[in-house]
Amino acid sequence: MQLFKHTNFDFLKWRWHAIAVSWIIIIAGIATIWIKGIPRGVEFAGGTVLIEQFDQAVSVEQVRTVLDRNYPGGGQNALVQSYGAPSQHLVMIRVPEVGAESGASLSSTAQQVEDALKKGNLGAPRRQGASIVSATVGRELETKGLSATVLSLIGILAYLAFRFQFSFGVGAVVATIHDLLITFAFLAFFRYDLTLNVIAAILTMTGYSTNDTIVIFDRIRENLRSMRRDSMRDVINTSINQTLSRTIITSGTALLTALALFFFGGEVLHGFAFTMVIGIITGTYSSVFIAAAIVSLWRGSAPTRAAAHAPTSSAAAPAQPARRSKPQRKARAS
Amino acid sequence: MSNIRWKLISILAVFVIFAGLGVYPIVAARYGIQRPAWLMEKQLKLGLDLKGGVHLVLRVKTNEALQLQTDQDMERLRESLSKLAITATITSPDSAHFRVEGVPPAQDAAFRQAADEVKGDFDRSSGINGTYTFTMKQSRQVDLREEAVVQGRQTIERRVNELGVTEPSIAQQGQAGDQILVQLPGVTDVERAKEIIRNTGLLELKIVEQGPAATREALLVNSQVPAGMDIVPGVASATDPGAGTVYYLVRKAAAVTGKDLRSARSTIDENNQPAVGFTLNNDGAARFGKITSENVGRQLAIILDGHVQSAPRIETRIGADGRITGSFTQEEVQNLSLILRSGALPASMDYLEEQTIGPSLGADSIRSGVLSSVVGLLLVVSFMLVYYKLSGVNAVIALVFNLIILLGLMAYIGAVMTLPGIAGFVLTMGIGVDSNVLIFERIKEELEAQRGVRAAINAGFNRVFWTLFDTHIAAGISCAFLFQFGTGAIRGFAMTLFIGLISNLFTSIFVSKTLFELALARRHQIATLSI
Repeated sequence: MQLFKHTNFDFLKWRWHAIAVSWIIIIAGIATIWIKGIPRGVEFAGGTVLIEQFDQAVSVEQVRTVLDRNYPGGGQNALVQSYGAPSQHLVMIRVPEVGAESGASLSSTAQQVEDALKKGNLGAPRRQGASIVSATVGRELETKGLSATVLSLIGILAYLAFRFQFSFGVGAVVATIHDLLITFAFLAFFRYDLTLNVIAAILTMTGYSTNDTIVIFDRIRENLRSMRRDSMRDVINTSINQTLSRTIITSGTALLTALALFFFGGEVLHGFAFTMVIGIITGTYSSVFIAAAIVSLWRGSAPTRAAAHAPTSSAAAPAQPARRSKPQRKARAS
Repeated sequence: MSNIRWKLISILAVFVIFAGLGVYPIVAARYGIQRPAWLMEKQLKLGLDLKGGVHLVLRVKTNEALQLQTDQDMERLRESLSKLAITATITSPDSAHFRVEGVPPAQDAAFRQAADEVKGDFDRSSGINGTYTFTMKQSRQVDLREEAVVQGRQTIERRVNELGVTEPSIAQQGQAGDQILVQLPGVTDVERAKEIIRNTGLLELKIVEQGPAATREALLVNSQVPAGMDIVPGVASATDPGAGTVYYLVRKAAAVTGKDLRSARSTIDENNQPAVGFTLNNDGAARFGKITSENVGRQLAIILDGHVQSAPRIETRIGADGRITGSFTQEEVQNLSLILRSGALPASMDYLEEQTIGPSLGADSIRSGVLSSVVGLLLVVSFMLVYYKLSGVNAVIALVFNLIILLGLMAYIGAVMTLPGIAGFVLTMGIGVDSNVLIFERIKEELEAQRGVRAAINAGFNRVFWTLFDTHIAAGISCAFLFQFGTGAIRGFAMTLFIGLISNLFTSIFVSKTLFELALARRHQIATLSI
């Protein structure tokens, strides 16, 4: 069984289209974030989240009305959602307020919400979970998350620059930044909260999306040695085609598991799984259409003879690949 | 042939070790088998989000510790100045500064000399009209802040242990290093836990009215605690911790408490035994002196958090300095003086974050985590079997191996499994087979290039090795930053992913290749490969 046999797509021909499509999504994402903001989870924004269990089924509207009437902060800023399996009668309530930071009164907002609920005749709610975060912690975490992402990108760039040529490192990092922006755009479109889990997924994605890129770059490096007379453009196209089948399959298996998490992983992992799904798709797309395109733009489409001094990878045998690349070359000629 | 045998034996050994470490305890616990104990000890730990519990972040108000030091030095200087009859006003604008104004020019030299006594903590700068500003040395500030946080953390650790929480986790964190993270798995009474943690550790010195007695009842009058009295338990013998509990009837009003403590330190008693020396502040010393002189010959109970530590006889009037004796080791004395110091908390604390996960939410998370793992595994396994046929079996064996090593390693190093960790576990399946796919696709290419099966397999593995190496390093880099950034659950995720990367490198290359070799070893001429 073979998914793609001897494909010969001219991926670089489509690079400007791909870049245009990406820009459209990214700009739409930025616009969405600009207009509506990016919803931040309680661990970043600060605030009070309560998960309350009721004896009988209560609707989101009922809870909101009760809060409107009884909670001092009012219900208009409260986010009310049903949580988990419907049979459990769980409701998640999030309010932006948090008790004063001094003293033991951090949880006073939570208390106010619960008192309001009790007054509402919805049956006595039981607290199943709570997350109360002061703004201080949120701000600190935000800086930490941002710096972790940036440092991780720099780390990957440095490693790729060390293992490959600098232009490859740039290609991989541009592709990864592209993936980050696309993912943020989709998070904004679908209004997912930026939570710790989502940040974790984004960081994982930066590592993972370089994987496909590395595989293609490895092949480009290998082919640079055997296809000395061809242009960089041909080498890149050949390499992407040769690795296409595995690029699709590996992304496919990763996507399968991310989808399993999305559909069966429960409420807590929803944002995480969504981010992974988007990340895997855009990561594959950018490896094929963006990363190598950047390398070709960076180095121009000159014949590769001069550029073929790529640092030798210790494992790849120098002479043999010539034979394997023949079928593709013929195919191109025809 | 023997080469393959050794490879097989080592693979089997790895399998048995990690299955024993990671999988057996889970299965055994599920079916109520608790043996062997040494194996059960290394259970895979569940994180707070799965087990349920409380996650708290406190901030130590380190400024208070500075203020305390500033006040002390200020008072010392004030006393010296009043002895020298130097009239000057002393004020403290903030926690790290104090200012002396209006030192008469004639007494300037005397003032400077007196001010030298705070030289250790403060830098002095002089202004016009006999004004001096004292600024706490930067190194001293850093030390005091650090000390305040460390003492706060140790106080909390002690209290958490008293709460009887299993496997609590208490750590310093935050950009300024002034936050304390407390994780209490299995605790559901949040308010109580919060109260106990934040409460000041209490030292009380009380006059003993009666006791020690073997039972509480022996001290009751008309089966009631006498008015104005309290019954406090203590250890029967200071030299033998196993001696059992005795009870003391003490006066309810404490002679002095931890609040009256200025400091506590390790010292030695008259028999050269380690003891805890303490110094009371002026107010406490005055009260203590009065009460001890009135009660010479009686016992004084030294009560720490409701337990009598020792009850020495009052020989004479005691002033500011006292000593807690007993059968202490040097280490215990250090601990005790530390506890007493932190009992007189150098700084109070605020809660910054509070998270509760009820046990039922945790159980739900485990359920959905397991379900998504199973679904993910089935999806990946069926794909590999359909697409790669018999070679798919190879990949599936390698994958299962990968997961078992992952579980075993996590149990062995005591890593914590969290819900994001389970997500990492699921992703490891999906990403883990990448390596196999990469190798298999390369083998297919090599087969097309009309190589023999054996040569194609060898070339497939050799060519792909460095690619795998690079991808794993790149993924490892982002894992490392994730681990460094995250707390609790996220660390669990980064850890799972990272270990998954390592075990994947082993299984996809070594195990998978050996399986191919094994399959090919029995046949001499192989024309086709099911891939």
